[in-house]
Amino acid sequence: MATVQEHLQSLMGARAVESTGSSLGREAFRRLRANRIAVIGASIMLFFVVVAILAPWLAPHDPRVNTWFDQIRPASIPGPSGDHWFGLDESGRDELSRIIFGARSSLVIGIVSLAIGAVFGLLLGVLAGGLGGRIDALIMRVTDVLLAVPSLLLALSVAAVMGQSRTAVMVAVAVPNVPLFARLLRSSMLAERQKDYVSAAVSVGIPRRRLVLGHILPNSVGPMIVQGTLALATAVIDAAALSFLGLGSADPTVPEWGRMLANAQKYTNVAPHLAIFPGVVIMITALGFNLFGEALREALDPKLRR
Amino acid sequence: MISIHPTNTPTTSSSILEVSELCVTFQVRGTEAVRAVDGVSFTVRPGETLGVVGESGSGKSVTSLAILGLLPKRGVKVSGSIRLDGKELLDAPEKELQAIRGRRAAMVFQDPMTSLNPVLTIGRQITEVLLRHKVCTMADAPQRAADLLDRVGIPEPRRRLGNYPHQLSGGMRQRVMIAMALACEPAVLIADEPTTALDVTIQAQVLELLKELVAGSDTALVLITHDLGVVAGMCNRVHVMYNGRIVESGERHVLFAHPRHHYTRGLLGSVPRLDMVGSALTPIPGSPRDTIAWSEGCSFAPRCGAVTETCLGAAPSLEPTEEGCLVRCVNPATHEQSLWGGR
Repeated sequence: MATVQEHLQSLMGARAVESTGSSLGREAFRRLRANRIAVIGASIMLFFVVVAILAPWLAPHDPRVNTWFDQIRPASIPGPSGDHWFGLDESGRDELSRIIFGARSSLVIGIVSLAIGAVFGLLLGVLAGGLGGRIDALIMRVTDVLLAVPSLLLALSVAAVMGQSRTAVMVAVAVPNVPLFARLLRSSMLAERQKDYVSAAVSVGIPRRRLVLGHILPNSVGPMIVQGTLALATAVIDAAALSFLGLGSADPTVPEWGRMLANAQKYTNVAPHLAIFPGVVIMITALGFNLFGEALREALDPKLRR
Repeated sequence: MISIHPTNTPTTSSSILEVSELCVTFQVRGTEAVRAVDGVSFTVRPGETLGVVGESGSGKSVTSLAILGLLPKRGVKVSGSIRLDGKELLDAPEKELQAIRGRRAAMVFQDPMTSLNPVLTIGRQITEVLLRHKVCTMADAPQRAADLLDRVGIPEPRRRLGNYPHQLSGGMRQRVMIAMALACEPAVLIADEPTTALDVTIQAQVLELLKELVAGSDTALVLITHDLGVVAGMCNRVHVMYNGRIVESGERHVLFAHPRHHYTRGLLGSVPRLDMVGSALTPIPGSPRDTIAWSEGCSFAPRCGAVTETCLGAAPSLEPTEEGCLVRCVNPATHEQSLWGGR
């Protein structure tokens, strides 16, 4: 008898230990790890981040020096070869090295512009969703106006006003994101505000500021995190699009995927590889972020939880 | 001789909560106004347990939300008077209400699955209440929270503090809700159908817990329920509500022994009884929607078995009975009439 009891105790003890200490974040992480799509997306993201960080060691050549300029003819630009896996660009620079270094500026632009957009979107969203009333109406009308302008046009006008610089590109890419984030956060905060736990918190005397920032906001940011990973992909593409339209950073020696693609269009007949490689890299990056974003949404969805 | 019941005299010095002539009207633009609570008056004395019984839509939940000022501001009109500790709550500024909620009056909600914040640990949620009302210092808060969890019967309280709501069962969560509500030892605890969302076995445990916690303390419990069995087991006094008004109220023993209002009798008649196994239950005919406005007579008239011409025309008033209860019926049942008439 005693041994059976002990055995039961040990079994129950093990389960009791297991049932504690798994927070929502940890649970979402566990589910992400179990999701193959999430792992693929995260691997792609991680791969490009590592490439960007280790660029000086990974790149086979200096991306700024046109060592092989003598090989460039108006009618032919050397394509992929054993020495230059991705071929040479129109000025005789190693294309692979340029793409590796290009990961730096493209990712930095993407992440920083996303951060700017998310922070301002968060501020406006919290103000609108938390205060309600006239402030809410005012903020929402402003976002309506911003949303009415096509995002690329909005980005273009910001870039045109701020001039050619990397900061300008980041701000330009961030601005169209602000109303998106603000609306998303406001709507999920409005939905959370109706829930029982909010009334319960009010019923024990939690003041309004604490209620909004400590209770409603943490429950409402889920959709924003997901929108963030999706917007990161768009930000990389938007930054590329701005460079493509000639509004990117003014320094031509800093390689950037979008501008490489833009320059390539002049040589599509002679050197299609100049368009293909940056295009494919942008596509894969966007795909990685999108896959991860989708998986993150699934992992954070309360209906699928438990 | 007519004995005046304390509910008739709202200014009893010993009462902690006085609700008088409370009216709540919901008005959505373009539609007819709905009066959910219509002139409800009652008092709550320290340490007592008061039952409020009625079907869905009888206004009992709205009454409890109105007491704590939890009704939405827009589209809702509240009138009358709600006095806690002698202080009027209806026109009190929001800041004062915040200081009162949780400290002097608290509430346990119906569904424990949705009433706890899913992203905060329960320890965090309890200590927040303690610190908000400055019941203890930051350093003492975890110990106080663990003590509270221990009091509501949660094993290994220290470790449970770090748990998230989704790691607890429904019964455990309701215990946590009770711990939160009782954290500052409020004068009035309103429990709005605290067991409706729980399993039957857990219901009994939670009710037993509530009973133990308020017994021997000064905390008064207002138990809102549609379950007469719960009321019979716990309450000192009972108010029966129908369509926004109190239709009968009195001491529990008296009211259950001699129900006078036909609605109360209907409720009692529809409760299954162990000593009458095999006999059919007597349901109240119709649904709460089959009603008339109080201004046109007794709202219960369309469903009442003893309806007469005198029931219509004007609303019956709440009259004292010889047993010391109050009944809102022009034609109350007599003692001789059997509760389970047809059987």
